[in-house]
Amino acid sequence: MKHRYLPMTEQDQQDMLQVIGVPTVEELFKDIPESVRFQGEYDIKPAKSEPALMKELSRLASRNADLKNYASFLGAGVYDHYAPVIVDHVLSRSEFYTAYTPYQPEISQGELQAIFEYQTMICELTGMDVANSSMYDGGTALAEAAMLASGQTRRKKILISGAVHPESREVVKTYAKGQRVEVIEIPYKDGVTDVAALKELANDDIAGVIIQYPNFFGRIEPLKEMEEIIHGVKSMFIVSSNPLALGALASPGSLGADIVTGDAQPFGIPAAFGGPHCGYFAVTNKLVRKVPGRLVGQTVDEDGKRGFVLTLQAREQHIRRDKATSNICSNQALNALAASVAMTALGKKGVKEMAVQNIQKAHYAKNAFMQKGLEIVFAGPSFNEFVIKLPASFSEVNKKLFEKGMIGGFDLGSVYPELNDHMLVAVTELRTKEEIDAFAQELGDQHE
Amino acid sequence: MNNQDQSLIFEISTPGRIGYSLPEMDVEATPLGEILPEGYIRTEEAALPEVSELDIMRHYTALSRRNHGVDSGFYPLGSCTMKYNPKINENVARYNGFAHIHPYQDPSTVQGALELLFDLQEHLTEITGMDQVTLQPAAGAHGEWTGLMMIRAFHEANGDTERTKVIVPDSAHGTNPASATVAGLETITVKSDENGLVDLEDLKRVVGPDTAALMLTNPNTLGLFEENILEMAQLVHEAGGKLYYDGANLNAVLSKARPGDMGFDVVHLNLHKTFTGPHGGGGPGSGPVGVKADLIPFLPKPLVIKQDERFTLDYDRPQSIGRVKPYYGNFGINVRAYTYIRSMGPDGLKAVTENAVINANYMMRRLEPFFDLPYNRHCKHEFVLSGRRQKQLGVRTLDIAKRLLDFGYHPPTIYFPLNVEEGMMIEPTETESKETLDAFIDAMIQIAKEAEETPEIVQEAPHTTVIKRLDETLAARKPVLRHQA
Repeated sequence: MKHRYLPMTEQDQQDMLQVIGVPTVEELFKDIPESVRFQGEYDIKPAKSEPALMKELSRLASRNADLKNYASFLGAGVYDHYAPVIVDHVLSRSEFYTAYTPYQPEISQGELQAIFEYQTMICELTGMDVANSSMYDGGTALAEAAMLASGQTRRKKILISGAVHPESREVVKTYAKGQRVEVIEIPYKDGVTDVAALKELANDDIAGVIIQYPNFFGRIEPLKEMEEIIHGVKSMFIVSSNPLALGALASPGSLGADIVTGDAQPFGIPAAFGGPHCGYFAVTNKLVRKVPGRLVGQTVDEDGKRGFVLTLQAREQHIRRDKATSNICSNQALNALAASVAMTALGKKGVKEMAVQNIQKAHYAKNAFMQKGLEIVFAGPSFNEFVIKLPASFSEVNKKLFEKGMIGGFDLGSVYPELNDHMLVAVTELRTKEEIDAFAQELGDQHE
Repeated sequence: MNNQDQSLIFEISTPGRIGYSLPEMDVEATPLGEILPEGYIRTEEAALPEVSELDIMRHYTALSRRNHGVDSGFYPLGSCTMKYNPKINENVARYNGFAHIHPYQDPSTVQGALELLFDLQEHLTEITGMDQVTLQPAAGAHGEWTGLMMIRAFHEANGDTERTKVIVPDSAHGTNPASATVAGLETITVKSDENGLVDLEDLKRVVGPDTAALMLTNPNTLGLFEENILEMAQLVHEAGGKLYYDGANLNAVLSKARPGDMGFDVVHLNLHKTFTGPHGGGGPGSGPVGVKADLIPFLPKPLVIKQDERFTLDYDRPQSIGRVKPYYGNFGINVRAYTYIRSMGPDGLKAVTENAVINANYMMRRLEPFFDLPYNRHCKHEFVLSGRRQKQLGVRTLDIAKRLLDFGYHPPTIYFPLNVEEGMMIEPTETESKETLDAFIDAMIQIAKEAEETPEIVQEAPHTTVIKRLDETLAARKPVLRHQA
């Protein structure tokens, strides 16, 4: 068997078996009981050469309609954004992507420093004191936040707004089942969390309250009003945020959040059919020793030179084992690096400018739809998404849009039965005026 | 400051410099105050860096040079399977039709992606000998938790609510007991015997009507095959429990033994280990879970299925444990793993394991005269040495690890598994050549000699890295977790 990834020659093999002191390689597998030893070869596809495999997979990829060739108005947690070209060049440095967790700090300063910088940038955007080195994604980060709140307050109930991403809500519920925590939904009203309902549900049994900002419908939630109610019953205020929006919006930290989570996908991370993305997790100083996952801290070496290490590891699974409150081990380090590079490239001015472009273009799109006689449902302050009532069935509308080179928005009826034939439309900075006009025109035509 | 030779990106920031090129604003701007509510507009800009594109590239290039990856040099980090990360994987994962598709597109517009996922499920089902695989979990630990949640749901569906205990060997990865806790189950530890294998008598003592599952890595973290696996499976199954396979060490048994055939009911795989999704500096990984038929109803939602020659997502799964992750798993990593499996084929995967096991045994035998080998028998893909002998000379395993840095190597996993004193867990993988192994062995032999003759060289290592040993106590006592301007 010759293969470009397998350097062992026949001569090597003979020499090595001799040192080991066995006549054949089979001898090394004799401790596997005969009855379970696998005989023969797997019944899987045969190996392909590099060029043949690239051709096959390139053809398979071309059977997907991609965001580079279609104008996408689809968001709902995953967005088509400007990713500075430099991001992929940095990620392609294989010193980063072929390394593992920086357990040996002396030869991992690059990764450690990059994560330290990432933690700083997440703190800056969220207005929080501490951010960890990343979580799998926004959904699981939110679930871990709920579990942290339950552990910290020793309470077993979580309130979650119905305007939080439906899949995140489901993930929170699955994690809660594991920890025997009850999850209660706060209804939404006119596209935002029903504050009156929150007031009724909030009591001193509630560990934490989860609000998304901007919420799943794109609306900006009145966090200030809610903060008083939540802290009034000594619950933890958990906010899930699109970090790009925070370039223009007041930070959750400044509005009283205890834990802020979300997904850094808008910063240089491709949609990739839903993953891998990059969950972030930020808390106030008070909770620093309760944060799940890895933390990078600054210290000095024997000569007093600045350096970085994984720190406060007593929180983590490999030390605490069954006493651990989270089992996370691998995270999304490479995507945290992508987000760092994107945040660095955008910088102080660009992150704000990009966020504002989203707001402006979505605002323009709303007006364009209204001019075509379409109804904006849940009208009110929003970031880059909003809800429209469709002139025909979702599938019909979407099909026609696709024929014109556009990927329509999210089918709200698929998760909110009361919003059948409503579309959640995302307008990012990448959508041109021309594309927005064409989209509005198409829906307008169907309306008439 | 002269106590640092690598600036933070914030320290090279200069007001007025930019590194971006946003699209033209082609719509009329409305004042933000007319769109956003009062009190919700950011007043103070986030203090992100202000740097040019070249500044950024130089900064990260400098950082990358302060980082050791598999492409930089040998990386025998036990249990992590630091094998070569094929470059074709990276190219394929970046195809527009894979990198730039949205999870909520109509399934008819992503048939290529769904077909790949379906075919990967089929390949992994065959490789593990299970009946169905889900690609949802994001990493190994996430897969463990998913698998245990399913086992719990299975028992509960049978009215078996008293099965709350998960049996875990003392040599297990830390994630095993942590995953059990997070899944709402309790951990009981089973001891290893003098051969480094699960002590059958101790297992008999702990297994019972409260057993939800036995979690096992096979070969175990000592790199030894649990040859009593069939007796163990019988014991657990007769007591009504399930058998969980931690796939961290699958590289040792490809085409040699399948978890499904060994009696396991649930298995998770680490696609970033055996199947070359790169480790990425700590992730992202991918942790698919395979199950036997009786657990299929409990798999997380959704599952990729094939219906009338079309691929689609099945959400209609009433007994499912629910969603474990938004969307459909770490697709980008799954694409890489699929590309790897298709590059290797059945005979290639068989050679992977054979060569990995030969490499490990060869290193073990050559190093055996110089270091203690607590469990002296053929190993699988990795082996564990003890630094006991060197410790008596005042040289700890940590020192040996740090001294290896001077030779340009990433050290083995150290102080693990917990049942070996001063442990060094070495996993060479199949992608390393004999010359590389020999050079590493020579370095280890030299360090063993230094421990006897000039121990201070080892104790004070590393000598050649960009930074010396770091004060971890200071980092933990006075945590500085972000840059302060």
